[in-house]
Amino acid sequence: MPTIMKILRNEYYDSVTLMSLTAELKSQSGAEQVVVLMGTDMNKDMLKDLGFDMVELQDVSAHDCVIGVSGEKCDVVLLNHIVHKLQHSSKLALGGKRRVASTIKGVLSDFDATIAVISTPGQYAAREAEMALRHGLHVMIFSDNVPVADEKRLKQMARAHGLLLMGPDCGTAIINGVGLCFANSVRKGTIGLVAASGTGLQEVSVLIHKYGGGVSQAIGVGGRDLSVEIGGIMMLEGIRALAEDASTKVIVLVSKPPAREVQCEVLDLLSRIEKPVVICFLDGESPSELPSGKRFVTTLEAAAYEALGLAGMRTVLVDETDTGSQAEITAVMRQLHPSQRFIRGLYCGGTLCAEAVSLARSSVGPIFSNVSKRKEEKLLNPLTSQGHCFVDLGDDIFTEGKPHPMIDPSIRLARIVEEARDPETAVLLLDFVLGYGSHPDPVGVAMPTIRLAQQVAKLNGGHLAIVGYICGTALDKQDYNAQHEKLRSLGVITARSNANAVQIACQIALGGG
Amino acid sequence: MGSLFERDLKIINVGTPFFIEDLALQGVEHVHLAWRPPVGGDASLIEVLDKIAARQDVIAEANDEVLRRIKAVAVKLIGVKRAGDVIPGLDQKTILHAGPPIDWAHMSGPMRGAVVGALLYEGLASSTAGAIALVERGEVGFAPCHDYGAVGPMAGIVSSSMPVHVLYDEGRKSYAYCTINEGLGKVLRYGANGDDVLERLRWIEKEFAPVMDAALAGCGGVDIGAIIAQALHMGDECHNRNKAATGLFLREVMLHVLNTDFPLEQKIGVLQFLNRNDHYFLNLSMPYSKLALQAGHGVKHSTVCTVMARNGVEFGLKISSSDKWFVGPANFVEGLFFPGFTNEDAARDIGDSSITETMGLGGFAMGSAPAIVRFVGGSVQDALNYSMSMHEICHGENSSFTIPTLDFRPTALGIDAVKVVESGILPIINTGIAHKEPGIGQVGAGLVTPPMQCFIDALKDYASALTDS
Repeated sequence: MPTIMKILRNEYYDSVTLMSLTAELKSQSGAEQVVVLMGTDMNKDMLKDLGFDMVELQDVSAHDCVIGVSGEKCDVVLLNHIVHKLQHSSKLALGGKRRVASTIKGVLSDFDATIAVISTPGQYAAREAEMALRHGLHVMIFSDNVPVADEKRLKQMARAHGLLLMGPDCGTAIINGVGLCFANSVRKGTIGLVAASGTGLQEVSVLIHKYGGGVSQAIGVGGRDLSVEIGGIMMLEGIRALAEDASTKVIVLVSKPPAREVQCEVLDLLSRIEKPVVICFLDGESPSELPSGKRFVTTLEAAAYEALGLAGMRTVLVDETDTGSQAEITAVMRQLHPSQRFIRGLYCGGTLCAEAVSLARSSVGPIFSNVSKRKEEKLLNPLTSQGHCFVDLGDDIFTEGKPHPMIDPSIRLARIVEEARDPETAVLLLDFVLGYGSHPDPVGVAMPTIRLAQQVAKLNGGHLAIVGYICGTALDKQDYNAQHEKLRSLGVITARSNANAVQIACQIALGGG
Repeated sequence: MGSLFERDLKIINVGTPFFIEDLALQGVEHVHLAWRPPVGGDASLIEVLDKIAARQDVIAEANDEVLRRIKAVAVKLIGVKRAGDVIPGLDQKTILHAGPPIDWAHMSGPMRGAVVGALLYEGLASSTAGAIALVERGEVGFAPCHDYGAVGPMAGIVSSSMPVHVLYDEGRKSYAYCTINEGLGKVLRYGANGDDVLERLRWIEKEFAPVMDAALAGCGGVDIGAIIAQALHMGDECHNRNKAATGLFLREVMLHVLNTDFPLEQKIGVLQFLNRNDHYFLNLSMPYSKLALQAGHGVKHSTVCTVMARNGVEFGLKISSSDKWFVGPANFVEGLFFPGFTNEDAARDIGDSSITETMGLGGFAMGSAPAIVRFVGGSVQDALNYSMSMHEICHGENSSFTIPTLDFRPTALGIDAVKVVESGILPIINTGIAHKEPGIGQVGAGLVTPPMQCFIDALKDYASALTDS
């Protein structure tokens, strides 16, 4: 197969930019292969496997960007088009500024920053974070693959300097009303969140907003913070910060169940804090002794609900449009073919998936998921569903070389059709995460595929029930109402919360078949 | 942390530009870093950087001290003397050259030509063949100018009979030396050694030097720093453009030249020579820079660069805390060629004149000299960008020298080897291009950078010393 290549010497592009561009080009260009990547040794091996000329690649370094296309349609015009797109994208991204510093130290000479958001490849993130902490900056690490030892050292260092180190690998926070990385636009208010899960924090903040409450601060401490190794350093720091923050009246903790000794430390700290606290350990067990004035819940919806109560708010749903009506549900159930028995949840948000697992287990019996820690629930092959199945598409197995499904939900599309083909699928459960960082039109991306899936099910003599949940608010940049309308136009049953969506899905699965 | 909740968020985005669109949407002040993997992702080097970073307080203090010393100098040109009489240790059989140490066998064309010229001028040989034979018998010693407190442009050849500018720092009671600039065209520093070249050298020795020396004695010396500061406001960067500075210098000495007791014709000749040579002042901005940087040399723990020099084959640098040269292959200058010349004619980067960049002049001050950007190839914005980006690799700035087009921002000062390696930004040097064959002269001008390896080697050496102490 013919291949051509272009090497841009000493031009660095980050992986998100390169991956997004590659995905876009592949679908448009008609070339067999389009690769745009930095010349690391690993990438060079990959290019070799794809049949690109190794001689040309010999003196290429990790600082050089390599563009390669192969197939009958590959030509120089396409190459130049890619170069243009690449260089144009970076110029736009720089906001038209003439010159930008390349190190944190360099920026600080004329920009008195408060926080550094770090999304470099994982192996470099710790260095940059340390640099930022040394210069008195709070840090949000979005990068994944940061070694645990580095995370621990950095968090200890941050604590010693009275700084926050958020993340890694849970890029969500709302600080002073500003959403960092993935976050929803929510009302300012009196409820402060500290969360060791990304979409967990998003869901709780969204529900607080929907029920008329508001968020003072939301601190994402990273998925590993409450492990034995890290010891909950930032969860504890976050609790202390919110305890001292005058505008925070109620504190909500969100996490997977922590390590036992970490849980003890958290509870010990909470017992010395006067403010009311809601502890949400998703899918966890209530501690035998709770400090007074503290509530324990196991779902995100319950966390939001309890917090609103403690904040003195009557929990009345502000936006009623989300609730799927009972009549609609019953109608759908009647159309199911007897073989259609199972729920298939395809999630972009990992914690939303975990909440679904927790709720569905007690309702529909044995379930399978790639997020479950229980041996009997482990989904042996995340690429193929079995039984009642809840799949987190943010799993590494799906995202290898691709953006996270919240950025680019298209990696879910093929799976939607696959589930529709399975005669045992009764309900498709889908989340659509809005907010900063997320795709501009996640429902729109899925619409043609949803239609196709519905037709596939019909051809097989059944009916595909689809329950959708939009994790977002009317303030989000994606236009919540338009997203909602699109789902309704497809006959998708929409839910007021993720927990509600799971309930509806369970009801359909139990009632049908 | 309480303070975080009370302050406006100002965000540095490090990594993917993906997030900044949403920051802009929220109206949050932010800067997106032009980030790239440090040192090309070389793990062993990152280890070196981390080891150094662990000592950063001590290093910062040492580098502060270097800059304090550099800025404290009060440099005057006090005389023009015979090199052998004033440069300690320079005997008749020793020849000083530009850049790091090099032997005859490895010297480039222009440097060899200049060595032959110097031997003819000194009367140590009467023909080119004789001069080469003398060198090959090992009867001539070679040493870098820098090791003798001297600096020389291009080939940088200094021999004992040549007159040199003597610059004196009152504070530290120390000296630096540089030959008299011969002008353009066929000149010794580009390796020319014909009769006309030797004749001019003798005229400088016999006619020019005595007058200038007397004039300087008459005026009590000339403050070179003050001229540089003014020239930066008049379109010079004091490496590749010295028109304004030379004019200012001429104004300083003119009356004093006329006041000397030499014949009027000789004095007019001196003034004419100065007046016709736009680059005269280069041979003063260079020793000025040398003297200042010499003051900053020898501070323990410092990572600030105090010497950058090229011998036409290798680029060499020193950092304040070490006397070692760190060398790597000299690059070719990228720029514009005079009509009739091409890349093929160019010699590798050569000369001690990069001492001006080490001092924050030249390429570092290019924002001051928009007139030369066409000459070296580029736009005015490029020039401003160069000056701005050099702040990123420097420890501090020099408030004595400011750049009008950058709203009088001080020039960057104190190239920090750590910052160079960390950021991947190399010092930018604004320089002339010599013909690779001796004697043809300048064939163009442009921009060049040191090889990164010099800085990496300096840091590795520095880090290994950290283990030992």
